[in-house]
Amino acid sequence: MKKVRIYVTYKESVFDPQGETITTAVKSLGFPQVKEINVGKFFDVTLLETADLDQTIAAISEKLLVNFNLETYHYQVLEEQK
Amino acid sequence: MRVAVVVFPGSNCDIDLYEALTSVCKVEAAYVSYQQDNLAGFDAVMLPGGFSYGDYLRCGAIARFSNIMPAIQQFAAQGKPVFGTCNGFQILTEAGLLPGALKQNDSLKFVCKTVALRVENNQTVFTNQYQAGEVIQLPIAHADGSYYADQETLAALEANHQVVFRYATENPNGSLNDIAGITNRRGNVLGMMPHPERAVEQLLGNTDGLRLFKSLLAGQTIKEAAH
Repeated sequence: MKKVRIYVTYKESVFDPQGETITTAVKSLGFPQVKEINVGKFFDVTLLETADLDQTIAAISEKLLVNFNLETYHYQVLEEQK
Repeated sequence: MRVAVVVFPGSNCDIDLYEALTSVCKVEAAYVSYQQDNLAGFDAVMLPGGFSYGDYLRCGAIARFSNIMPAIQQFAAQGKPVFGTCNGFQILTEAGLLPGALKQNDSLKFVCKTVALRVENNQTVFTNQYQAGEVIQLPIAHADGSYYADQETLAALEANHQVVFRYATENPNGSLNDIAGITNRRGNVLGMMPHPERAVEQLLGNTDGLRLFKSLLAGQTIKEAAH
């Protein structure tokens, strides 16, 4: 069994209005060293069968989790149980 | 002519569309549940506004896996008219029937107001009763109506005259190229964020949306006369 975290974010070319608003707010709180904050989301997926992990994650992302017009994704393995 | 109004869980403009068709335009229409799997006997399909599946994940992302969607894909592939307003537009992009995507408004706010739109293409089955370049007023009501497509897609949309409606005076959501409504390459699928069905009677204060429905009827009449 594996627990995988899939991160979905806007592509760099896409304007992130939440990120811009949060960046402005953080700067106004006294953190001028902050250049930019971007917002994304993540999905924790627990898999029973992990053969072809790359293909499985890619298929789930392409079919549902990610809109490739706007977004991109990457993932990391959080937990592994033998 | 018989029009299907598709009802998803969370649709909330289905009655507006149905009444615009039946009460105002005297066209036969029927509600079709998202659980149905065929559109036999219909001449046009309309996807209403609302919040299908609570806008979970992304607006329209879950609705596109409904039972009815393969039938809508097939209907569109046959060249028959498919129209989506607001959430209906979002569903059509998620389903790949229209290019690009709708994202959160730049202002982060839900915008509910009447806006000016320019009719950029009056050579479609949905707009033949408008004048080219005419500016009309239609209501919008959305939080996720900012149209986005990559530069290549935008250039193709413009070159093929697929941009049918453009925000004329102010851009309420950050849509690229001020896009308010587009068709597919073939021109038989139209998606738009504004709500023509909310502007079909003087009682509503605005009749600028009426001609969209009349356009569809006019096209149908010509087709029937040719047979």
